[in-house]
Amino acid sequence: MGQTLYEKVFDRHVVREITPGQYQLLASLHLLNEVSSPQAFEALRERGLKVRHPGLTFGSSDHSISTGGRHDDFADAMAEVQVQAMGRNMAEFGATYFDPDRGEHGIIHVVAPERGLTQPGAVIVCGDSHTSTHGAFGAIAFGIGTSQVRDVLASQTLLMEKLKVRRIDITGRLAPGVYAKDVALHVIHMLGAKGGIGFAYEFGGDVVDGFSMEERMTLCNLAIEAGARCGYVNPDQTTYDYLRDRDHAPRGSRWDRAVAEWQRVRSDDDAVYDDRVVLEGEAIEPMVTWGVSPDQSVPVGGAVPEQDNAWTAEVRDFMGFAPGQPIIGTQIDVAFFGSCTNGRLSDFEAVAAKLRDRGLRVASHVRALVVPGSQRVRDALVERGLDRVFIDAGFQFRDAGCSLCCGMNADRLRGREVCASSSNRNFRGRQGSPNGRTLLMSPVMVAAAAIAGEVTDARTFFGAVL
Amino acid sequence: MNRNDTRIHRIAGRGITIRGDDIDTDQILPARYLTAITFAGMEAHAFNDARAAAKAQGETHPLDQPRFTGGSLLFVNRNFGCGSSREHAPQSLHRRGIAAVIGESFGEIFAGNCVSIGMPCVQADAETIAALQRINETAPQTQFVLDLAGQTISAGGSVFPIMLMEGRRRQFLEGTWDPTAVLLAAGPLIEQTLAEAVHQG
Repeated sequence: MGQTLYEKVFDRHVVREITPGQYQLLASLHLLNEVSSPQAFEALRERGLKVRHPGLTFGSSDHSISTGGRHDDFADAMAEVQVQAMGRNMAEFGATYFDPDRGEHGIIHVVAPERGLTQPGAVIVCGDSHTSTHGAFGAIAFGIGTSQVRDVLASQTLLMEKLKVRRIDITGRLAPGVYAKDVALHVIHMLGAKGGIGFAYEFGGDVVDGFSMEERMTLCNLAIEAGARCGYVNPDQTTYDYLRDRDHAPRGSRWDRAVAEWQRVRSDDDAVYDDRVVLEGEAIEPMVTWGVSPDQSVPVGGAVPEQDNAWTAEVRDFMGFAPGQPIIGTQIDVAFFGSCTNGRLSDFEAVAAKLRDRGLRVASHVRALVVPGSQRVRDALVERGLDRVFIDAGFQFRDAGCSLCCGMNADRLRGREVCASSSNRNFRGRQGSPNGRTLLMSPVMVAAAAIAGEVTDARTFFGAVL
Repeated sequence: MNRNDTRIHRIAGRGITIRGDDIDTDQILPARYLTAITFAGMEAHAFNDARAAAKAQGETHPLDQPRFTGGSLLFVNRNFGCGSSREHAPQSLHRRGIAAVIGESFGEIFAGNCVSIGMPCVQADAETIAALQRINETAPQTQFVLDLAGQTISAGGSVFPIMLMEGRRRQFLEGTWDPTAVLLAAGPLIEQTLAEAVHQG
């Protein structure tokens, strides 16, 4: 009987079974950020412990860091202390730090893949729920809390139960103007924000097979918003082509051995899944969320639901929508383009291609932020002259960080502002204002909304403004 | 009781009910409090924005209702603690005196974090949760007894079944919910597994 990638990789990383169904699992890569790690380092000091495998431990400051031209221009003293503590901890315990003083920083889920740290067959953990991103490479990657960060620092292992595996096929092909973000929002809408609890999601089918690595990262990034602790795609030639020659990728004869090894961790053709779901790619449209949970979304041509039970009425009150109101035409105040979901080079290239040489301008009442996912992404954009495309269109072109996705640095919504956002969560208060409102959508849809000043169908909008 | 005794067999106390599905960790602990480098004082910020919003509407959030003051068992609904992995969220509840959370389902990272800090998240079916929340809200002085050994929760004369993954239940019963020592006891087995799992090196 065949096995899934999840089972193969999990089994290879089991150190021992502690109690029935509960395993001591080895992490082959441990990623750190400045938010969830300081208490873990402090616990090591209190207990007289060292980092067991500093060579497998890498970190970046992303949540609290300023994106306003100077990374050390902090919004408040606490953020400054936190980022300084990160640098000190990484140095003291001998782990590798992508140092903002050297311009190496970025969102850890953007930095690790672009440096070739994220590889197939690995178990990757990080004190951040969007660690699921790394599953795009055929790794088991999931978020952990600070106490588990402590455990992994000290022992390179943690306690884990085995998940079930749900195979999700996206068949056929996507219509023009439909992106990986729309596929993810569609999956979350169809299966629910709680639907993935207890599962790892394996994504496949023609649409996913045809995705680039960056598109796969967008999809796996949002697995956690479907309730699945991790999502993954089986590694293939696309994966290997992306990885080859990156900083930490194997080289020479080790490369060929690694590819052969990676090929073996793919799910077997006769693998048995706990559940299977098939979704038609052709049926997916550009998606926009209207509520405060990522599964509360409609195709851009749709409307806020009519039904009127107390719970959705409360959400609609918070959001300010009337029952049955079309989502198109919703006025926005802020446009945010970035995050570990959609802050990679191809995301910005896709939008720049729509903006270039058209004289389009961000609407006068809209504050529009472009925040690259890493300084490397930023450098690549500048090198291609795409920073000018965004600046000329009236976007702020900023430094790398999580920024307005989580509202921990100075980039925040104010009051009841409505934000068209390429990020991952529309939770109440998520973008830094308790009453701020978030509409999740693809980067191209964010750009169209920024220019139109309201939610619009990017397919017709960018066609019509030619 | 021995201060070093970390075993958790039963938790007795009054309840607090916070209703609603999909209460995410951003609601439990808003991100702007995450810049602290210790968990000390995190309890002051639990449900900060929801409490302020309730106040603004002339209502009182359950955490501020005098009838629930001193409650140590938190009754919630579905998918509680979904979203961000921030341990600050369970820390803020635990440091307010919450000793256990009883709900229909939990965000998985949240539930795992709760194990690590010795605060069980136990599951019960929808009818049981409805009954527990009703008892708690109509008679807030009621004492509940969560029995991890017997896998029940009782209130007055009623006894309800609860669910908790067996491995986690044993961690609480045996006092090994802070697993660092257990993990380190694997010794060289860790490096052996590493050598076998990571061939490319």
